[in-house]
Amino acid sequence: MGTYVFKLPDIGEGIAEAEIAEWRVAVGDVVEEDQPIVDMLTDKAAVEVPAPTDGKVLKIHGEPGDMVPVSSPLITLEVEGDGNAVDADVDVRPADDAAAEPEPTAKPAEAEAKQKPVTPSKPAAQQPTPAPARSQKPAGRTRPAGDKPLASPSVRRRAREEGIRLAYLQGTGPAGQITHADLDEHVASGQVAGSAGTGLVQKTGVDDIKVIGIRRKIAARMQDAKQRIPHFAYVEEIDLTELEALRQHMNANRREDQPKLTLLPFLMKAIVQAVPNYPQVNSNFDDAAGVVHQFEGVHIGIATQTKVGLTVPVVRHAEARDLWDSASEVKRLADAARAGQATKDELSGSTITITSLGALGGIVTTPVINSPEVAIIGVNKLVEKPVVIDGQITIRKTMNLSSSFDHRIVDGYDAALFIQKIKGLLEFPATLFTG
Amino acid sequence: MATKSINTKVLVVGAGPGGYVTAIRCGQLGLDTTIVEADRLGGTCLIRGCIPSKALIHAASKLDDMRKHVGKGALGIKLTAEPEFDLGWAAQWKDGIVDKLSRGVDGLLHRAKVRIVHGWANFSDAKTCTVKTDEGDVTIHAEHVILANGSVATELPNLPFGEHVISSAEALNQTEVPKRLVVVGAGYIGLELGIAYAKMGSAVTFVEATDRILPLYDTALVRPVEQYLKKNKLKVHLNTKASGVEVKKGVATLTAKSDHGDSLSLKADKVLVTVGRKPNTQGWGLENMPVDMDGPFVKVDDQCRTSVSNVWAIGDLVGEPMLAHKGSAQGEMVAEIIAGQRRAFDPVAIPAVCFTEPEIIGVGLSPDEAKAAGFETKVGNFPLAANGRALSMEAGADGGFVRITARADNHVVLGIHAVGKHVSELSGEFVHALEMGARLEDIAGTIHVHPTMTEAFPEAALSALGHAIHA
Repeated sequence: MGTYVFKLPDIGEGIAEAEIAEWRVAVGDVVEEDQPIVDMLTDKAAVEVPAPTDGKVLKIHGEPGDMVPVSSPLITLEVEGDGNAVDADVDVRPADDAAAEPEPTAKPAEAEAKQKPVTPSKPAAQQPTPAPARSQKPAGRTRPAGDKPLASPSVRRRAREEGIRLAYLQGTGPAGQITHADLDEHVASGQVAGSAGTGLVQKTGVDDIKVIGIRRKIAARMQDAKQRIPHFAYVEEIDLTELEALRQHMNANRREDQPKLTLLPFLMKAIVQAVPNYPQVNSNFDDAAGVVHQFEGVHIGIATQTKVGLTVPVVRHAEARDLWDSASEVKRLADAARAGQATKDELSGSTITITSLGALGGIVTTPVINSPEVAIIGVNKLVEKPVVIDGQITIRKTMNLSSSFDHRIVDGYDAALFIQKIKGLLEFPATLFTG
Repeated sequence: MATKSINTKVLVVGAGPGGYVTAIRCGQLGLDTTIVEADRLGGTCLIRGCIPSKALIHAASKLDDMRKHVGKGALGIKLTAEPEFDLGWAAQWKDGIVDKLSRGVDGLLHRAKVRIVHGWANFSDAKTCTVKTDEGDVTIHAEHVILANGSVATELPNLPFGEHVISSAEALNQTEVPKRLVVVGAGYIGLELGIAYAKMGSAVTFVEATDRILPLYDTALVRPVEQYLKKNKLKVHLNTKASGVEVKKGVATLTAKSDHGDSLSLKADKVLVTVGRKPNTQGWGLENMPVDMDGPFVKVDDQCRTSVSNVWAIGDLVGEPMLAHKGSAQGEMVAEIIAGQRRAFDPVAIPAVCFTEPEIIGVGLSPDEAKAAGFETKVGNFPLAANGRALSMEAGADGGFVRITARADNHVVLGIHAVGKHVSELSGEFVHALEMGARLEDIAGTIHVHPTMTEAFPEAALSALGHAIHA
């Protein structure tokens, strides 16, 4: 039997480190070669790392949320034969026990400096927060989940009268039975608010949730975008009555193999048509280098809500797609993103982004620019509204577009013209196809 | 006839143990309350169920006891002649008890200032009904309607009720003991009445469609009853379905077929059909109030609310167990909720008793049910043959026992069951222990009076703990 230390392999061009998203195995598990052992998160995508060989897990280096540099130990396996035990106990990454007994090979100062950002849970554990946590219940045994609380009829009745959920109490009586004294203490502790019988209870618990994975990425990117980019917002109302008629007609007469059209492909088409006149909006600003990369192609990011948070899959070369093609691609990417199967390439390289809270309602949004882009177009809800046309009040289908621009690159005047161009294209839909 | 009309805060439909308790509690709480009942006050329980059947069972048991003293005698008591029995007389005595209790209900309702309307209610909508009374139609409109319509005996299509085919209600009103009685359905009602008639002298045969008698209780509990039936020559045909009945010259012949295909032909003076009860949902306008149903029952939540606002339902109408004390408890609760109190129906257990020979009690989970619910258990048994008081009352020789089922980890009692003569009176202590969340040690550590049958209870707890004293 030997020991095999598996180091994080090079998992992508230019990637120096990756975040542990989720361990698929635990210490003691027996793994087979190529069995996925851990999900790593790079800047752009999740990567499954397979086991390099058969073996038994002796140690995992780091927990979800920790950053692991490429070529640092990831997992230690017990394997048949000699393994690669030469550097088995070399642990350059500051794991918990590494911090306890300094490794001669690691520079203490460096280890110290690294530790702070990557293991936020540690200092929290050493200095408990003053806020009352849910675990700080007084005496009493914890009831296994699903067990009915044990209490006599008079205690049950009193609890109901005073609006106390017995399921939330731990009893101090025999076998965890909830007594009248437990109710007294619960009331005295101030956890029951208001007069007896309102049923409203103050909640004082605090859940500490580690900001890791996708959420940490989102947090970092939003912070960066809002900090560096001087945003300005521009909102315009667009009359979509004609476009809606066209869209419904196209949907009603589409071929079996054609997807249902939402507003999105039309908006994408309008952006594609407007961009040649205002090329500065379709660019990436590398502010460190002081260069604006202005693109000929239009790669439209579509902000998509997934279980784990916001992601932005990218419809590449929207200028070379017709409406049906755009619609299919948006649907394919959204499905992939929601299933967590979007690739790194599908999640990067956008030149302008659309964000839509449309169906949820809301009159105006002030979207955050998807840095390093310089413009983002926000879609608000389509509503029927009375509108004055030629002195007559008529009912029209209208929708607001709420957009943000990077004022360093896009002047207000140009942004307004760009949006007005889009407005014109959408309000007179025939022009979408004539340019 | 002029139509009288009543506006009331609370209308209770049915004056059985669910309805009349609800009405009394409503009255106590100061609610303007009206109760409607077409029959006498008291419902199935009081008029044609629990109470009269227990009276009849008592008379039958007394007769049976006396017969043991004829000839050689017993306990030094000797009767020189067979006791004579007049079922008509016994029925009158029983009716006296029913009358007294029914009048008692009337008195209690009056004292609680409840308006009583005698007649059959017919609902035109969820809050309005018309009652045909002797004084003409009365229209009642209520803010709250509590449905306590109870249940009726299930009739088999091929055995329609009549002179020779009777339900449990008629079985309680016979004036002559049938020589041969065939009981279709060996659940608790059939067995209670069948055994009583056997004690009165009928030759009794049970026809049961399933593979066992008393299917609601586990086999260990039912065994003493089976032994009694065997010893006293009551015949039981299991896995047998009654297919029809033919009456010739005052004698009924019941035909039945076993699952193996054997045909059976049983002559009987009376055929008693006790194949269960069904909620009384027909003929009073339930279809005019759009309440949701749960199978044959009216669907309610844990506060007995139906799907219609301020229409409540309790008792047999809302589901199993169809027991008087469940309906009463639900009714009390509904009255208190209407009066603005916070209540829910959340008993730990609803006890059930079977007045067979010997009696059976079940409270909470049986050992099998506890295992199925995922509990590791400790089970203790104590035989009544080792209980002095039982022996001194000739109650120790029928195989009876008390059994406790508790959680293995913390000894909290999950269920208590017993079988044996007189054990029904132990049920109160059993259910109290469950409601109070007793552990085996609580029961074992409570000093029980010697000599009483209650001593079997702490002994069973000790047995579960591994150190019963007398077993």
